[in-house]
Amino acid sequence: MDLDAVPQEGNATLDGHAKLMYARDAQGRVVTTRSRGWEAEEIVTSHAVDVLVVQAQAARERVARGLASPLEYWMYERRMDVALLSQTSGFWQWRVRRHLQPKHFAALSQKQLARYSEALGLPVSTLQSLPS
Amino acid sequence: MNFEHQQAAHCESGVISNLMRHHGVPMTESMALGLSSALSFAYLPFIKLSGLPLISYRMPPKAIIKGLLAPMAARFRFETFRTPEAGAQRLDALLAGGQIVGLQTSVYWLPYFPPNMRFHFNAHNLLVYGKDGDDYLISDPVFEEPVRCASADLSRARFAKGVLAPKGLMYYPQSIGQKTVDAASVTKAIRKTVRNMLAPIPIVGVRGMRTLANRMQKLPPADPRSVDFIGHVVRMQEEIGTGGAGFRFIYAGFLQEAAQLLDKPQLQQMSERLIAIGDGWRAFALKAARMVKGREPVDPVALAGKLREQAQQEEDFFRDLKAVVA
Repeated sequence: MDLDAVPQEGNATLDGHAKLMYARDAQGRVVTTRSRGWEAEEIVTSHAVDVLVVQAQAARERVARGLASPLEYWMYERRMDVALLSQTSGFWQWRVRRHLQPKHFAALSQKQLARYSEALGLPVSTLQSLPS
Repeated sequence: MNFEHQQAAHCESGVISNLMRHHGVPMTESMALGLSSALSFAYLPFIKLSGLPLISYRMPPKAIIKGLLAPMAARFRFETFRTPEAGAQRLDALLAGGQIVGLQTSVYWLPYFPPNMRFHFNAHNLLVYGKDGDDYLISDPVFEEPVRCASADLSRARFAKGVLAPKGLMYYPQSIGQKTVDAASVTKAIRKTVRNMLAPIPIVGVRGMRTLANRMQKLPPADPRSVDFIGHVVRMQEEIGTGGAGFRFIYAGFLQEAAQLLDKPQLQQMSERLIAIGDGWRAFALKAARMVKGREPVDPVALAGKLREQAQQEEDFFRDLKAVVA
């Protein structure tokens, strides 16, 4: 990549930051330069974020219809999945999956709720309902 | 504290070159990457990050730091902790003693990252160079300027769980025996990279690229998961601080430094070839991104073909590089 070909497209995903890139200058030397972003990166990053947002939205609707516990919404809102929430909370995956059901979630003790609260970095009271 | 922050493309090579410079060793980011033989390619379908396979254009985390120990005759201390409290205490003690400390952290829990970059990725590296009240003063190499982070947030980031959990890992040099890079270790490092890239293992090096191409070829074009997969490959190549083209441009910079150090003009030509190969990776990324965005029909077979082309070019490249340093 030549120095003048380094994209400066002002990516929304970079939030005003610039990243360092390596490119070839007019003398053929590899030098560093700052880039304000490239559309290819913006597309794939926004896509990855959107996938997570869609998951959280779908979970939110299921919770509102009483098909899932608020834990499912907060898990996706925190960009996690069952595997990661299991590792972070210390509950086995099958137990996390159970706790995504309203019936089993309602039966959780304060101590168990505290584990989820710690794993997700949210107070217990927040975990028990959807955001308004 | 007298510390000079310098932005880098990649976190680990940036942290280690900043740390080396602080201790009086002139070292560029590209030299750190090249000398530790960190350029690579790996496709590990059995390790999943958010349900997608691990794809890496470099050696695993900590390889850059550990790879520099022998050539610089350095001894580093690595410490992990059972509890966040113990980790915080030790960090404060080291800072009070004037030490600059490298940390492995999660990206997600660092509030100074742009929201759209905060994913659960646990192998980020940064340097702490001081504390001001409750804030740690941080040199995060992928940022233009030094940043600050509240102690509770940093603690969360250091003790995040999941794949590659950092367990509070901190590191700092105890001694650095050699203050300049010698020619013999550069030759050795290049040979090692050649060996990795041409390894007879189907998930690493050019063979790993071909395995990924075969997997890509089988993606059903209409399935939304295919688009996630394609986007994921591009993110691993470009977004995760690789200096462009999955570290190929940084390595091209290293080959230029090596050409001078070893007085081998052929390495200069190899550097130019690698830049051309890097441009191929960029073209692949752009094409893939256009498919993700829906500007082009999703065509996994075409992308697989492009990957195989890259694999072939890199195979030829590393065979020739082997001859240059033989």
